[in-house]
Amino acid sequence: MRHVLEGSHAVSEAVRLARAQVISAYPITPQTHIVEQLSEYCANGTLNARFLRVESEHSALAALIGAASSGVRTFTATSSQGLALMHELLHWASGARLPIVMAQVNRAMAPGWNIWADQTDSLAQRDTGWVQFYCENGQEVLDTTIQAFRLAEWVNLPVMVNLDAFFLSHTYEPVDVPDQKSVDSFLPPYKPRFQLDLANPCAFNQLAPPNIYMEMRHNIQMAMDEAFTFFEQMEEEFGTILGRRHGAVEAIRCDDAEVILITSGTVTSTSRQVVAKLREKGEKVGLLKIKLFRPFPLNLLRELTKPASKIAVIDRNFSFGASGIFAQEVKAALCNFPGHPPVYGYVAGLGGRDITTEVIEDIYWLTKNSTAPENESSWVGLREVDHAVGQS
Amino acid sequence: MQLDNLNREHMCSGHVGCPGCGAALAMRFLLKALGNKTIMIIPACCWSIIAGPYPQSTLKIPVLHSAFETGGAVASGVRAAHDIKGDTETTVVTWAGDGGTFDIGFQALSGAVERNENFIYVCYDNEAYMNTGVQRSSSTPYGAWTTTTPGQHWKRLRKKNIVEALVAHRIPYAATASIAFPEDLMRKAKKAKDMAGSRFIHIFSSCPTGWGMPSEMSVKIARMAVQTTIFPLYEVEDGLRYTINYTPKGYLVNEYFRLQGRFKHLTEEDLESIQEMVDEDWNLLLRKAGVALETS
Ligand SMILES: Cc1ncc(C[n+]2csc(CCOP(=O)(O)OP(=O)(O)O)c2C)c(N)n1
Ligand SMILES: [Mg+2]
Repeated sequence: MRHVLEGSHAVSEAVRLARAQVISAYPITPQTHIVEQLSEYCANGTLNARFLRVESEHSALAALIGAASSGVRTFTATSSQGLALMHELLHWASGARLPIVMAQVNRAMAPGWNIWADQTDSLAQRDTGWVQFYCENGQEVLDTTIQAFRLAEWVNLPVMVNLDAFFLSHTYEPVDVPDQKSVDSFLPPYKPRFQLDLANPCAFNQLAPPNIYMEMRHNIQMAMDEAFTFFEQMEEEFGTILGRRHGAVEAIRCDDAEVILITSGTVTSTSRQVVAKLREKGEKVGLLKIKLFRPFPLNLLRELTKPASKIAVIDRNFSFGASGIFAQEVKAALCNFPGHPPVYGYVAGLGGRDITTEVIEDIYWLTKNSTAPENESSWVGLREVDHAVGQS
Repeated sequence: MQLDNLNREHMCSGHVGCPGCGAALAMRFLLKALGNKTIMIIPACCWSIIAGPYPQSTLKIPVLHSAFETGGAVASGVRAAHDIKGDTETTVVTWAGDGGTFDIGFQALSGAVERNENFIYVCYDNEAYMNTGVQRSSSTPYGAWTTTTPGQHWKRLRKKNIVEALVAHRIPYAATASIAFPEDLMRKAKKAKDMAGSRFIHIFSSCPTGWGMPSEMSVKIARMAVQTTIFPLYEVEDGLRYTINYTPKGYLVNEYFRLQGRFKHLTEEDLESIQEMVDEDWNLLLRKAGVALETS
C-alpha cells in the first residue's frame, strides 16, 4: 500500500515489518523520528520487541552486541556524534560477527554544531567492517532496511543503512509499504549460527593471539565478498516478491557517456534532472549512483565507467589532508586499469548546504572543459572568507 | 546456610591467573553459589586473560567477553534478548574489575541500575588496573603506590565508595564480600540470585602481583582488610536497609599496611591519618546502619 511517509518513518516501518526483537537507541537529531515511532510500536504492541532506553549511543550498541550474541534480531539508529561515540563498538560488532542493523542519518560532525546533511560521519567509519548502504529516497530506505536484515544474517556482518539528514530523513514522499506476509516470506525469522547457550557453553570474543587473529580478520573479508555476491541474489528475490530492485550501483545513460557523474545519497535525484536536461541539449553525460559502499563494488565500477573519457565524483564529505572519500575510492578502484578515465573530485554541500542543479551543472562543465584534473578535489561554491588562518 | 552445590565446580583448573590471584578464588566461590544456569559478561580486565585464550575457556558457562566500559549495557542486551525469547530464568551476570566498574564502566553501570535491569553485577576489586600493569583507579586506596602514583606521588586521594554510589540509585541489593569469607560471599551470591532487578556484589580480591606481597598472603590480607574495617562486610536492601555482617574486634590498620609493598613508603604519621580516615568511614557506616534500624 502506498503511504505518504517521512524518510525516518520509512525506516521505522521497515523495522516493524522485519520484526526486530531488541531495539536500543539514544536520541540525536535528526534520527529521533525513527526511534520515537519504534518506541511507540513497542509500547502499543504493534511490534513485539524490547526497547532499551539506554544512557548513550555507546551503550545502545553495547546492548545490541549482548542481544545479538543471544541470538535475536536487533536494530539501532543514530547520527554523527552518536556514531562517532560508537566507534569502538562498530569494530566489536563486526569482529564478533553480529548481524546488527543500524539506520544512520548522515549529519555533519561538530564543531561547530551542525545538524544538516553531510556523509563524513559514516564514511569515517568505513574501516570498521560494516556493510554500508547510501539511499536516495524513502522507498529505497524502506526496501534497503528490510534487505539489511536478510543480508546481515546471511553473512554475519552488521549493516548500516545511511540516509541524508533532512533531505531524506524529514522529507515526505509516497512510499509503498509492503504487507507483512510478503516481508515474512522474504525475511524469515532469524536463525543464529551461534549464540550464548546454556546447553552448549562457549566463550565468545576471547583472547585471540597472533596465531589465529589474522585468520579471523580474513574471514571477515571473505564475508564481505560473500555479501557482494549475496546482495545480487537477494535483490533478485526481493524483486520477485516485492517488485523492486535498486542495485548496488545504478548506471543512468552511462553507455555512451563521455563524462560520468558519480554520486551517492540524495544528490543523485538532483543529478538525474541535470543529466536529463544536459542530454536534451546533446551533452553526452551519464550518472552513476553508488549505493553499496562496503563492500565497494569495484568490478561494477570498472565496467560501467569504461566508455567514459572523464569521471566527476561529487562528495558531500571530506577526508582532511586527502580528498572527498568517494573520489578516493573510485580512484583506488580504477588505478590498476591502464587507460582508465581521469577522476575529477568535487566537494560540495558540506554541512547541509544545498547542492542545486546549478552546482551540478557547473561541475559538469568544469569537468568537460578541463584537460586534466588540477587538484585532488575542487571545492564547489565556496564563499569568499578570510583564509589567513595561522598567518601573521 | 542452604547451599546445595558446594562441591560443584563451574571453573576448570588450568586458568592463567597469577599464583595467589584473589580474583580467581572469587570467581570460583561465586559460581558455586550461582550454578551453571548463568551467562557471564566479562568486560576487559585481568579475567579477560585468566579465562584463557581461544579456543579454550576455564569457565563451564557461556561467556561473552566485552569491551571495557560496557558491562552494564551488554548485560542489559543479553537480558532483553533472553526475556523476549521467553527465558526469564537464566541468571545474567557481569563480572568486571574495579576499573571497569568505578571508572570507565561507571556510566553504563549507572544506566543499567537506574533502569533496574534484571541482572547481577559483580565487581572483583583489586584496587588498580592490574591487567595493564598496576595503574591507579578510583578504587585505589589512599596511600597506595601504583605505576601511575609512583614515589612521592603516592595516591593522596580516597577510594571511591562504589556501594554508596549504587545505594544512591536505590538498587534493590548491594553487598560487599571478601575472598577470606567464602560462606558469606556465597550466601550473598545466592541471595542475589534469588532476587529480581539490579543487584551488585563488590568482592575484595587481593592481588599479590600488584600489591607487592607473597602469593600465600592473599587470603590473610583480605581477612585483615575486613578485620580492620578497611573493607567492611555489609549489605543494603532497596538502598535503605543496612546490615553489617561482620563486627570487627578493633584491629589497627598498621599491620595490614606493613605487609604490602604498595604501602611501604608510608610514615607513622601517614598511617595515623589513614587510621583516622578508616575510623571515620566505619562510624559513618555504623550511623547509616543504625539510622536504618531506627526507621525500620
Ligand atoms: C577503552 C579501553 N581503554 C583501555 C583498555 C585497556 N585496559 C584493558 S584492561 C584495563 C584495566 C582493567 O582494570 P580493572 O577493571 O581494575 O581490572 P583488573 O585488570 O585489575 O582485573 C585497561 C586499562 C581497554 N581494553 N579499553
Ligand atoms: Mg582492578
